[in-house]
Amino acid sequence: MRTDLLVELSTVDDANQDRGLLRRLHLDGPLLLGLMAAALLGLVVLYSAGRQNPDMLIRQGIRLGLGFVAMVVMAQFPPHFLRRWAPWIYLGGLGMLIAVLAVGEVGKGAQRWLDLGVVRFQPSEIMKVAVPMMMGWYFADKPLPPTLRAIAISSLITVIPVGLILKQPDLGTALLVGSSGGFALFLAGLSWRIMLGLGGAGLVAAPLFWSFGMRDYQRQRVLTFLDPESDPLGSGWNIIQSKIAIGSGGLYGKGWLNGTQSHLDFLPEGSTDFIFAVFAEEFGLIGLGMLLGLYFFIIARSLFMAVQAPNTFSRVLAGSLALIFFVYVFVNAGMVSGILPVVGLPLPLISYGGTSIVTIMAGFGMLMGIHSHPRPLSR
Amino acid sequence: MALRRISNRRSDLVKVKDSMAEAQLFSRRALVASALVLVAMLGLSARLVFLQVYNHEHYTTLSDSNRVRILPLPPTRGLIYDRNGVLLADNLSSHRLEVTPEQVEDLDAMLRELGTLVEITEQDISRFRKLSNRKPPYAGVPLRFQLSEAEVAQLAVNLHRFPGLEIKADLTRYYPLHERAAHVIGYVGRIDERELKIIDTSQYSGSTHIGKTGVEKSYEAMLHGRVGHRQVETNAQGRVLRVLESTQPVPGKNIYLTIDTRLQRMAEEALADYNGAIVAIDPRNGEILALVSMPVYDPNLFVNGISHKDFDALNQSPHRPLYNRALRGAYPPGSTIKPLVGLAGLEYGIMTAHKSTYCPGFFRLPNSEHRFRDWARGGHGWVRLDKAIYQSCDVYFYDLALKMGIDRFHAYLDQFGLGRHTGIDLDGEKNGLLPNKAWKREVHDQPWYMGETVIAGIGQGYMLTTPLQLAHSTAVLAQYGQQFKPRLLYATQEQGSDRVIPELPRSEPTVPMVSRANWDQVIRGMELVVHGRRGTARRVGKQAAYRIAGKTGTAQVFSLGQDEEYDADNLARHLHDHALFVAFAPASEPRIAIAVIAEHGGGGSSTAAPIAKQVLDAYLLELDPLYTATHENRSAG
Repeated sequence: MRTDLLVELSTVDDANQDRGLLRRLHLDGPLLLGLMAAALLGLVVLYSAGRQNPDMLIRQGIRLGLGFVAMVVMAQFPPHFLRRWAPWIYLGGLGMLIAVLAVGEVGKGAQRWLDLGVVRFQPSEIMKVAVPMMMGWYFADKPLPPTLRAIAISSLITVIPVGLILKQPDLGTALLVGSSGGFALFLAGLSWRIMLGLGGAGLVAAPLFWSFGMRDYQRQRVLTFLDPESDPLGSGWNIIQSKIAIGSGGLYGKGWLNGTQSHLDFLPEGSTDFIFAVFAEEFGLIGLGMLLGLYFFIIARSLFMAVQAPNTFSRVLAGSLALIFFVYVFVNAGMVSGILPVVGLPLPLISYGGTSIVTIMAGFGMLMGIHSHPRPLSR
Repeated sequence: MALRRISNRRSDLVKVKDSMAEAQLFSRRALVASALVLVAMLGLSARLVFLQVYNHEHYTTLSDSNRVRILPLPPTRGLIYDRNGVLLADNLSSHRLEVTPEQVEDLDAMLRELGTLVEITEQDISRFRKLSNRKPPYAGVPLRFQLSEAEVAQLAVNLHRFPGLEIKADLTRYYPLHERAAHVIGYVGRIDERELKIIDTSQYSGSTHIGKTGVEKSYEAMLHGRVGHRQVETNAQGRVLRVLESTQPVPGKNIYLTIDTRLQRMAEEALADYNGAIVAIDPRNGEILALVSMPVYDPNLFVNGISHKDFDALNQSPHRPLYNRALRGAYPPGSTIKPLVGLAGLEYGIMTAHKSTYCPGFFRLPNSEHRFRDWARGGHGWVRLDKAIYQSCDVYFYDLALKMGIDRFHAYLDQFGLGRHTGIDLDGEKNGLLPNKAWKREVHDQPWYMGETVIAGIGQGYMLTTPLQLAHSTAVLAQYGQQFKPRLLYATQEQGSDRVIPELPRSEPTVPMVSRANWDQVIRGMELVVHGRRGTARRVGKQAAYRIAGKTGTAQVFSLGQDEEYDADNLARHLHDHALFVAFAPASEPRIAIAVIAEHGGGGSSTAAPIAKQVLDAYLLELDPLYTATHENRSAG
């Protein structure tokens, strides 16, 4: 074991001796407040969206409770510990993704679940934290901004799990995992020139692929994906209804428990992926402003904590985790309000169900752990 | 361990890293990221302002006073005609009973009460429940199809007692010619669970039926059309108040088939006494003129759900009427393969048309006692290619196949489409089997034996062909190697338009030719089969008004459906050989190629050839006017 790590460990207890409970638990006050506010807000909306069904509320409460436990547990791990485990977690997750394709169970038409006898779970969920960890691990001792070689290898670290997840197929999770890798690269200092170049190449390649690489029916599918309202008998129905719900909410909203669209069953998936529309209908633009503000606060605080982190591994991991959370919010809200294609991502901390709450909270736990564990003595 | 060692070693590099600069770089990047997040959030807010402030009134109207619904407008299914415009598949109007579950308070009570007015079976109810689980509660779900006029009247007066119940006008598929060409046209049926998983459910949201077999299936996309929809406002009872927006459905295309119904009828009648198949192709373009599989069934039975009794009768019949023998029946080709084997021998240069082989009535492999017998006990004496074909000498082809070897045999016949899909535009085609050494190694894990090559020469052993393949390979021979994909689609037409757009022949790679004279020799042999004094099919040649090039065949029984279902009464016939005949005519300018297989029909010359002759006569003397005209001119002159 390296000496600086020993020093670091020995300073932990001394430093925390006289701090408050939060510091002793390695939690971050402002961030915790934001998360709890969002979770409570979620329960309030869910009560309405779920037609005041207490069972739903209890189940969601249990999930949130599990999430907070996961957060507290993860916060106890010092960053160097996470760093040492990063490659193993990543490789384990990759192995399970392959296993899921080979023997996994099919649920709702996609192969995502791995049955471990006692529990069934989605290995792709692990990748949402494993990829940022692995990216951080990889960049940790590389000179930054990354060399071309480092860019290529780190891209592979991201692309392999994304490909496996796409194969399941699970577009939403693939998008999250892919963007987490992308953000890590961005934060590591990928040069603007390369980003512009890639963007330009994409702009040139897309129309070529469109004209020569695709068949008619594939083009039709892409068009429907990009413009769901052209298929009102399929996924477009949800969008038409959610736009009515949002629009009719107006500036002030119809009031809690007074949303008509959601309660009259016009809005499918009102308590899960489309809960944003229920919120918008009942609390209006003002409520939405507060919700988005709360989300922005959580993201900004997380990024701020990332900036303060002492080394590359911690910074990249913390920054990517913060930005994944942003992707959740933006993709879900964009989809429900009809400016983004329909990708099945929940509104984080608010949508009912899903194992994602636990993963998200565990991610915030890591972030807090990174922030609150004292930095090693400077080198 | 390994990883730690690597990271330890690499930690030396840390000195190269400029920690300060890197922290600053990260801070800058994090700042840019926050800015991007802010911009995205503001963009989102702009969208929300647009919806909630700018368009608030519009959406309030939609949300408050009424309900918005999407109603699918199902497209009208395209019709199917034969090449002359004879209607083969029609849409008839009918009535169905639909229930909107959302508007019914007590579904079970309603179903009970309805049952006293019209017949509702358990099957209807279970299908209804399955379908209603898949649709939103406001959507109508069909409960009964094909209401009779009396039932419609009975229901109409009682409709007010059942909120949520509706009688809907509907189009239902009808096949006016019933059994005629049933295996070609196929049929539609209700969409089932398995199909629901693969179809685009929004395209079929207004449709209840889908093509199940035949052309109805293979051209489903073309026939079905594209769904339209109406976005409407309804009141609380679900009555439509206002149409907000609508997109008309695009009806499916009408399809014209290459089949000539008159020829099809002739062929079905000619084969009526046997189980078997007939395929007739225009060799000049691959158009299928007739495609018969006997026995047949009435596709109308399937359209609105076949009863268990009817289905069992069809499905359990030992004659297997639902089985399309023309595409899926794999028969040993027997002697019908001999012309192609002879041609292969000439083209490979193994022998010439003038070289004789002595036929003592049997053939022996070197160093073997086993005798491969000729069908003629006493043998054919000295035999050249033409005689080997018109007398169907087995020994000649045993010898030739052995000299050729199975792999060359395979390579040559493969070019004529034997042993693989012909690519016809119908589903379910079988490959048949054209064996070679590699195949036997792979499937049976055994070496190839010489004796197997010997019997392959007369189309026995492992070799299996479908009637379609036989007709197709005969057509290719007739065209001196020029090859077209067999095709049933003759033309298409937009509904409501007069313009019929003909389909073009689909060319396939031409069979390479060494010498045209070789082909001439083989075709001459085939002409002698019918027109020679001692040809095996000389009886049909006697009264022929045109020249036919043909070949008889008799295949040892290898029955369909395996034998266990045949009962003792059928045993005698079951032991008979299959009768085969392939031909094209007129020999000098072929306009039709045909393959006939009569299961357990006895001999090719006695049974199959006369059937083929009836079909050829019908086509060349009555139906194909162009040829009829020139033919009459000639005989007049």
